[in-house]
Amino acid sequence: MLLQIKNLHAGINGKEILRGVNLEVNAGEVHAIMGPNGTGKSTLASVIAGREVFDVTAGEILYNGKDLQKLSIEDRAREGIFLGFQYPVEIPGVSITNFMRTAVNEVRKFKGLDPLPGGDFLRLMEEKKRLVEITSNLTNRSVNEGFSGGEKKKNEIFQMAMLEPLLAILDETDSGLDIDALRIVANGVNKLRRPDNAFVVITHYQRLLDYIIPDFVHVLFEGKIVKSGGKELALELEEKGYDWIKKEQA
Amino acid sequence: MQPNVKELITRERFIDLFEKNRRFLAAHDTTALAGIREKAFDSFSNLGFPDTSMETWRLTDLEESFNRGYDYHLRPMEEVDFQKVFRCNIPHLDTAVIGQLNGWYVSKDVPLMELGNGIIMGSLAEARKKYPQLIEKYYGTMADDTADGFTALNTAFSQDGVFIYVPDNVKSPKPVQLINVIHHEENLFLQPRNLIVVGANAKLSLVHCDDSYNHQASFSNIVTEIHVGENGVMDHYKLQNLNNNSTLISSVFFRMEASASLDSHYISLNGGLLRNNIRVLFNGPHGNANIYGIYLMDRKQHVDNQVFIDHAHPGCTSNETFKGILDENSRAIFNGHVMVRRDATKTDARQSNKNILLTDTARVNSKPFLEIYNDDVKCSHGSTTGQLDQESMFYLRQRGIGEETARMLLMFAFADEIVTKIAIPQLRQRIEDMVKKRLQGELQICEQCVLHCSTPEHPMDFQIDMAKI
Repeated sequence: MLLQIKNLHAGINGKEILRGVNLEVNAGEVHAIMGPNGTGKSTLASVIAGREVFDVTAGEILYNGKDLQKLSIEDRAREGIFLGFQYPVEIPGVSITNFMRTAVNEVRKFKGLDPLPGGDFLRLMEEKKRLVEITSNLTNRSVNEGFSGGEKKKNEIFQMAMLEPLLAILDETDSGLDIDALRIVANGVNKLRRPDNAFVVITHYQRLLDYIIPDFVHVLFEGKIVKSGGKELALELEEKGYDWIKKEQA
Repeated sequence: MQPNVKELITRERFIDLFEKNRRFLAAHDTTALAGIREKAFDSFSNLGFPDTSMETWRLTDLEESFNRGYDYHLRPMEEVDFQKVFRCNIPHLDTAVIGQLNGWYVSKDVPLMELGNGIIMGSLAEARKKYPQLIEKYYGTMADDTADGFTALNTAFSQDGVFIYVPDNVKSPKPVQLINVIHHEENLFLQPRNLIVVGANAKLSLVHCDDSYNHQASFSNIVTEIHVGENGVMDHYKLQNLNNNSTLISSVFFRMEASASLDSHYISLNGGLLRNNIRVLFNGPHGNANIYGIYLMDRKQHVDNQVFIDHAHPGCTSNETFKGILDENSRAIFNGHVMVRRDATKTDARQSNKNILLTDTARVNSKPFLEIYNDDVKCSHGSTTGQLDQESMFYLRQRGIGEETARMLLMFAFADEIVTKIAIPQLRQRIEDMVKKRLQGELQICEQCVLHCSTPEHPMDFQIDMAKI
């Protein structure tokens, strides 16, 4: 099993947000996590990535059988966990090229590999740029600085393609995208699917799931996964909204 | 070891020294220059050295520096080999290099070079003898001896330093690199005096480096006057890389004639106590001045940037951007004062000071200040001080970049806004290298000039390759 979350409780500043999440993800699977606003979807993503502002108060997260709580943010990333940010951060003064080169080589170093030679790195960049249909000179610009919403999200998928994670968590990657950008982002994800990796797609709307077909759909509500099913669950949610879930829980 | 009383920096010591050497100091003065000297001496006698009771010195206490005790020499101490100074050149940068050792001009072949295009550069002492009228026209007309005891003291004792003259309509074909090296076996007090004249429609790039070659304490009181004629262009760099026992009071006075343009960069990489007094006077309309500063301080280092921009004429623009990264117990002061005089309509003045504090014990005092006596102006000022952005740190680390490397990347990116303004590509590359090394704690004041640490022949080992590819 790639990811196993058991009875996870977590919060921020003493306020509990996740109240006993259970989730299992195997290699080769795509999971969608849906749910109303403010139910803890982004918190779950952040906690898996190791964001330090959140405190895990109970439960455990196992990744390839390892206790993630013992790993730093960067070591989780180097082990193959990738978080696609809902709001990618702008970092003026750091070019995407330097950022990715540093990241790729730090991951390689962790795996005991030599740094990628400059020429190979550039070829890899070009190849991955094509994957997400980045045609502009985006990569010479500072990370996300002055990017449109669509460019930022494409840039997230581009970084994912560069780093080839085993577990990719995409936090509302579809928010703020027009239909063309959505298609490009989804295509990128589909091309990166392999038997040895898995995706957890967090989304508010069913729309993205027309392009990225999930194996499982989960509903996160008030800090717990209250319902799981196949892709048809997403359609049901689209049709009926979340009110019936809320009523079921009441 | 207690320093000898005669070595302490006191008003009395210098008054006594001046009175005993008055004739020697003024030996080559014209009547006018002798007058400036005497007036400056009177000013100094009245003012003495500044102390923390004065508003502009409130946060910079010189007592510890003063009490170290220093030798002061009225003559060059030794015959020096130009190569000793020259070794500090920037690789692959085609510059005309002129040097100072311990405040005295060091001659490569002749003390004063006269180039075919009319450019004169070399020793100020020599220029006083050879071009008294030219010197008289500019010397002492920009520095304000009545306001500050250090400037008055420098003028009173002024002997040597660098003189550069670029005649009207001449564009200096190469940047001039002025290297001021401190290397002495005893604590040393030094007072170089520089005069730079850029004529109308003329152009000059000047890279002015202050370096020390050993760890001996020093106290430099440097005054530089820079005149930029009508439509003239000056690109000026002040690079400070001194040891932790050094105190540097650098006062630069710019006078900008109509439509003159200035970019001035203050890059403070190391030093015990660094004080930059930067004064810009717009002496005609439509001038433009950009003043950039970056300071990277740690241990108990102290940097104090005082910028005064005098918008005395209409239609001038000024822009001050200072950024600093402060580690351990270091301290930075920024005091930006923009004066917009009554007739200075259409003034456009901006001030910005941003700081990153890496520890709880590092401190910043930032005071951008606008004094405006005209309604038809555009002015802005801002100051921020904070830690490294935690969102950015998380983002970088989530991509597998280690915490230390991520910090380094963010700090370098912060500094890069200033470094990127350096117009000379080779110099920018050198400064980028030095900033990286500085941020990694690797920049040393070494026997070899630090500027030699990274050359294409000896590439620097730096794990983040920031080179644009």
